[in-house]
Amino acid sequence: MKIDKQLIEHVASLAKLKLTDKEIEEFMPQMKELLEHFSQLDQVNTDKVQPSFHPIELKNVTREDKKEECLTPEKALSNTEHKKDNYFKGPGAV
Amino acid sequence: MTDIKEFVKSVKNKEIDIVEHIHKVLDDAESINKEYNYFNTITRDLAIEQAKELKKNPKGKLAGVVVSVKDSICVKDVETTAGSRILKGYKPLFHATVIDRIIKEGGIIIGKTAQDEFGFGGFSTNVGLGFKIPKNPFDKERSTGGSSGGSAGITNKLDYAHLSLGESTGGSIVEPSSFCGVVGLCPTYGRVSRYGLIDYANSLDKIGPISQSVYGSALLLETIAGNDKKESTSIDAPVDNYTSFVNKECKDFKIGIIKEAFGEGIDESIQKPIWAMIKKLESKGIKYTEVSLPTPIKYGLSVYYLLGTSEASTNLMKYCGMRYGKHEALDGNFNEYFTKVRSMHLGKEAKRRIVLGTFARMAGYRDAYYLKAAKVRTMIINEYKKAFGKFDCLITPTAPIQPPKFSEIDKLSILQNYMIDILTVGPNLAGLPHINMNIGFENKLPVGMLLTGNHLDEKKLIQLGSFIEKRR
Repeated sequence: MKIDKQLIEHVASLAKLKLTDKEIEEFMPQMKELLEHFSQLDQVNTDKVQPSFHPIELKNVTREDKKEECLTPEKALSNTEHKKDNYFKGPGAV
Repeated sequence: MTDIKEFVKSVKNKEIDIVEHIHKVLDDAESINKEYNYFNTITRDLAIEQAKELKKNPKGKLAGVVVSVKDSICVKDVETTAGSRILKGYKPLFHATVIDRIIKEGGIIIGKTAQDEFGFGGFSTNVGLGFKIPKNPFDKERSTGGSSGGSAGITNKLDYAHLSLGESTGGSIVEPSSFCGVVGLCPTYGRVSRYGLIDYANSLDKIGPISQSVYGSALLLETIAGNDKKESTSIDAPVDNYTSFVNKECKDFKIGIIKEAFGEGIDESIQKPIWAMIKKLESKGIKYTEVSLPTPIKYGLSVYYLLGTSEASTNLMKYCGMRYGKHEALDGNFNEYFTKVRSMHLGKEAKRRIVLGTFARMAGYRDAYYLKAAKVRTMIINEYKKAFGKFDCLITPTAPIQPPKFSEIDKLSILQNYMIDILTVGPNLAGLPHINMNIGFENKLPVGMLLTGNHLDEKKLIQLGSFIEKRR
């Protein structure tokens, strides 16, 4: 697979990152080195193997559907610099 | 080494003025920190306030024991950054469950320890922008290991009744413990609640103790383990009385030595003393058999970095300069604003892992990388489970090398850098408990042995670990 500047920029933009030219230059050969190593997994026959998304068996945990205590708006907003009328204030959507 | 059991007793009997004691501990912690950079924050006011409270009515398993906390674990009203500039200024509104449990048992929180940003590293050199790199207690030109490097370093240096909380995703408790010559115990996945832990990779993260003695780790694990209704992956099983397994007879244990862990890439300075200890254990009546477990060491690193970065890249999307942590002037549309904040305040390794993980999950590549890795993970888990049908404990070295110099780390390629996790990713992917035991020194630097147990068999690691502790 070709790891070029365009691909790195595209992947970074999906993750809401703008990399500097220096970072891209550094990451390109590193991604190549890593992905080449990871392709060793192609040697492993996993035809009849199910994937594991956790190391132990987990069950769904649910709680009773009733109201519980929650944060007050003042507390919920105590860590933000951007707020207005008891809401978080965000950047423009369009 | 301070006898924690005796110390707690004397605090409860009011033989020690705990407020005076805490002042002294904080002064020492501050002077050590100036030299070694083990703390991101020292919580002097909180500690003194807790000590005053405890003085009135000294009680609890940890009465008066000071606890340092990896910076990725939330402590109410104390800046919690996980070592990242993007979380600078964030003060949680709540304690992590582990902190609640420690305070309830009389433990005193003294600070937040240095780490690789979000846990992304094996040397604690990938600290966030503006953070300091912790230095090895045996040689300041060398690494503490990572990512819980601050916790392991301060555990070595602070000679009081002190325990530390680390966190491991792929080896971040035992590997720094090995480099700093202390005990680190990473519990079974789900044994300790992750509520209030800043995630790296949800299916891999575990909080666990770091201490000078096996007793210390057993005591802290006993305090923090157990089901938590706030955390859906927390295991609902009874908690063993771990301290009662310290120095408990273990001569009938069946030990498996993983052959592949003594091959190419594992330094002679590690292999030799580890084998010497295995032979010593044999001479004391603990028998061993060599066993082949090819998958974890051959493929574990690839599986770990694909799954870990995939999970991390989704987890880190929430840092966008809106609700907590670093903010910038609100301008541009949401894409531009989030991109600006993230690009400015995330460090290089965080960016690298986000790019890698986003790539591994992308349409067209997901099956070949992410899903493939999750399947090989199943094979790794099954291989271990099969081995634990025969063995009580598996032994390998903890790290393939001794603590390197910072100048040596700078020269490593990215893959060589990640290789530091080669022996620890296996138990982490399988969610198995594992403990680092210092077995001595080579070239004046510590050597660590890794004991791995079956799910929920922390007690056996404590039994064998304390046996080794007495005989090294």
